[in-house]
Amino acid sequence: MSDLSYVRTEMLPEQAPPATAVGIIGWMRENLFSGWFNSILTIAAVLFIYMVLSIVVPWMVSPTWEATSLANCREILAELGREGHFSGACWGVIRERWIQLLFGFYPPELYWRPILAFVLLFVALAPVLFAEYVPRKLIWFSALFPFLMPWMLWGGTVWNPIAVVAGFAIAYFVYKAVDTAVGSIAAMIAAVVAAIVWWLVLLGPVVAGLSSIIPLGFEVVESRQFGGFMLSITIGIVAIVVSLPLGVVLALGRQSDLMIVKAICVGFIEFIRGVPLITLLFVASTLLNIFLPPGTNFDIILRVIIMATLFSAAYMAEVVRGGLAALPKGQYEGADSLGLNYWQAQRLIIMPQALKISIPGIVSSFIGLFKDTTLVSIIGLLDPLGLSQGIRADANWNGIVWELYGFIALFFFVFCFGMSRYSMYLERKLQTGHR
Amino acid sequence: MKKSVFLGALTAAGLAAGAAAAGTLDDVKARGKLNCGVTTGVVGFGAPDANGEWQGFDVGVCRAVAAAVLGDASAVEFVPTTGKTRFTALASGEIDMLARNTTWTFSRDVDLKFTFVGVNYYDGQGFMVPKELGVSSATELDGATVCIQTGTTTELNLADYFRSNNISYEPVPIETNAEAQQQYLAGACDVYTTDASGLAATRSAFEDPTAHVLLPEIISKEPLGPLVRHGDNEWGDVVRWTLNALIAAEEVGINSANIGDLSAAPGNNPEINRILGTEGNLGEMLGLSADWAKNAIMAGGNYGELFEKNIGENTPVGLARGLNAQWTNGGLLYSPPFR
Repeated sequence: MSDLSYVRTEMLPEQAPPATAVGIIGWMRENLFSGWFNSILTIAAVLFIYMVLSIVVPWMVSPTWEATSLANCREILAELGREGHFSGACWGVIRERWIQLLFGFYPPELYWRPILAFVLLFVALAPVLFAEYVPRKLIWFSALFPFLMPWMLWGGTVWNPIAVVAGFAIAYFVYKAVDTAVGSIAAMIAAVVAAIVWWLVLLGPVVAGLSSIIPLGFEVVESRQFGGFMLSITIGIVAIVVSLPLGVVLALGRQSDLMIVKAICVGFIEFIRGVPLITLLFVASTLLNIFLPPGTNFDIILRVIIMATLFSAAYMAEVVRGGLAALPKGQYEGADSLGLNYWQAQRLIIMPQALKISIPGIVSSFIGLFKDTTLVSIIGLLDPLGLSQGIRADANWNGIVWELYGFIALFFFVFCFGMSRYSMYLERKLQTGHR
Repeated sequence: MKKSVFLGALTAAGLAAGAAAAGTLDDVKARGKLNCGVTTGVVGFGAPDANGEWQGFDVGVCRAVAAAVLGDASAVEFVPTTGKTRFTALASGEIDMLARNTTWTFSRDVDLKFTFVGVNYYDGQGFMVPKELGVSSATELDGATVCIQTGTTTELNLADYFRSNNISYEPVPIETNAEAQQQYLAGACDVYTTDASGLAATRSAFEDPTAHVLLPEIISKEPLGPLVRHGDNEWGDVVRWTLNALIAAEEVGINSANIGDLSAAPGNNPEINRILGTEGNLGEMLGLSADWAKNAIMAGGNYGELFEKNIGENTPVGLARGLNAQWTNGGLLYSPPFR
C-alpha cells in the first residue's frame, strides 16, 4: 500500500509538437490553409501569381542586351525560336539609352558633377536623417549644401553661391546693428530689405567684379541640357527640402491669431490646393512667358521648381496642421505655464510632437511630389517619361514600350520605397510609447 | 540690370511683347544661337539620338536656318515642345521659329497670328487596317472601331469624312502614338488613323509590317511647315527663303557633294550663282552674308538629301516622295525663283 501512489510525482517529458503544427507545414496550415475558404483563396492566388510570372519571367529573360535595334532584337529572338508579340524583351534600348535616361543632355565629360552632387546630398542629409550616427559639426555642411548644389549642377563662377550666402550674413549683421539701435521689428525689416537689395541689385556687379579678378568656377550647363532622372531628382529634392519648412510656416500661420497672416495663409493654401499641379505647370511654362517681356531669361526649370514647391507646401501645411490639431490642448497650456514665448513653445514642445505625428503624412506627400515631377513631360521638359517618347521616335527603337516604362518604374520604385522605409524607421525611432 | 528691366517691364508686359517682337534676326545674331522649337519625338522628323544630338527632317530645317544666319549648323538650341505648348512658346518669344510637323491651317495663320513660311512636307490623313480584315477602301469601313488621337485635327477630319460618306464608326480615343500602336496591335480597334507619314513609321515598327495595309484614301490635306510670329517680316523672309533655298537647290542640282565646286567660282547657270552668292547680292538683301544659302545647304544637304536621309525610302520610315517631289517630277514642291 505504501508503494502505491495516485498522484504523479514527476512530470512527463515535453513532447515535440505534432509534425503538422511546426515547421513549414505548420506555418502553411496556420497561414495559408486554415479553412476551406482560405485554402481556395490561397490556391487561386498561387495560380494567379504563376500565370503572371509565367508570362513576365520568360519575357524578361531575353538575351537581347547587345541588340542595336528593335529589328535586331527580333532577329535574335527568332534565331532562338521565339516568335510573336510577347516573345521577349528588347533590352538593347536600355543598354544604349540608360545614360541618357539618367542624365538627359548633360555634357558627358561633366557627369561627375551631378554624381558628386548626388553623393554629397546624402552627406548633407545624414545629420538630418541619421543624427545620432554622424558628428554634429556636419550640420554646417548641410546648411551650405543648398547653395553648393545648384552651383555644381549649373556651374558658373564660384562667386555666385558665395555671394548668395553673403546675403544672409549681411542680413544678420544688419539685424544685429539695428536691433541694438532701434528695436527688433525695425531690425527684422531692415535685415530683409538689406538682403533683398544685396541679392537683386548689388550681387550681379559684385560677382562680375570678383570673377574678373579671380576667375574660378565650373563650365556653365544650361537648363535645357538637364533631362532624365537627373531632372526629376533635382526638381523633387529641391521641392521637398523647401516645401517642408514652408509648409510648417503656413500651418502655423493658419493657426495664428493674427488676422492678416491667417487670411494670407488660408488663401494661399486653399488656392493652391484647389488647382491641379498640371495647371500650375502650364502657368509656369506658358502664361509666365506671355506676361514676362520677351528676352527675359527666367529659367524654365526654376519656374517649374517654384511651382512644384508651392504646390507641395500647401499640402504639407495641411498635413502639419493635422499634427498640430492632434496635440492635446494641455501641451499648449503647459508651454504657456512654463513661461515660454510663442517661438520657444513651438520649437521645444509643439513642433517636435506635431511633426512626429505627421511623419506618415509628410512622407507620403514627399512621395507624391516626387512622382508628380513626371508631369513636366507635358510641358516639354524631357524627364524620363518625356525622353522615353524621344527614344521611341528613334527609328531603331520605334515600337518599344514595356522595357522603357519598366526601367523608369523600377527607378521610381527604388526611390519611393526607400523614402517609405525611412519613414517607418523614423517612426520606430521616435516611438515614445505614450500612445 | 536684367532684374530691374524685368520688374519694370512686368507692368507693361503686353506692350513690351508687341514692341520687342520686331528684330528677331538681330536677336538671333546677338545671341549667337537659334532657338528652334521641335517636337519631343516623332519618328524621322525630330528626336534626340543616343548622344543627345537632335536628328530628323524638321530638325534639318532648324540647322539650315542656323547655318544661314550664323554660319554654324550646330548653333541651335533645340527646345522640345508638345502639342500643347508649341504655340505659346512661339508667341511668347521663347523660340524664334517652330519646325514641328505643324499643319498650316487658316485659324493658326490668321487667328493665332503666326506666319507659315512654307511647306516642308505635304502630309494627309490615312488609314491603316490589318490585311486579314480584307478591306481595300475606306468606304468599306462601316461600323468599324477607329483608334484616334484626341484633340487633333485628325479627329475632326475623321468625323467629317465618315459623315459625308454616310457611314458609321466607333471612335477609340487614345493619347499618344505609342498607345495607339499598342491598342491597334492588341485588337482594341480595327483601324488606326493619323497622318500618313505617322502610319508608315508606325507600321515599319511592327513585327510583321506586311500584315497591315495603308488604305488608298487620304482624307485631309496636312501641309506641314515651319512657322514664325506675325509682324516680323524680315525674320519670316529669312526662314522662308532658307527653306526655298533647300528646295531650289534640289531643283537646280546643287547638293552637298558638288556645292564646294559650284560655290568656288561663278558657273554658267545664273540661278545657281545667285543662290550660292557668287553673283548678285541676295544675301545682303536678307541681311545675311553672301554665302547664306551655301551654308544652309551644306548643313544637311538639299531638300532631297534631307528627305532621303531622314524619312526616305531607304530609311525605316520608308516614305516615297509622292506629293513632296519637285514640281518638275509631278510633285508640289515649287520654290519661287531666286532673282
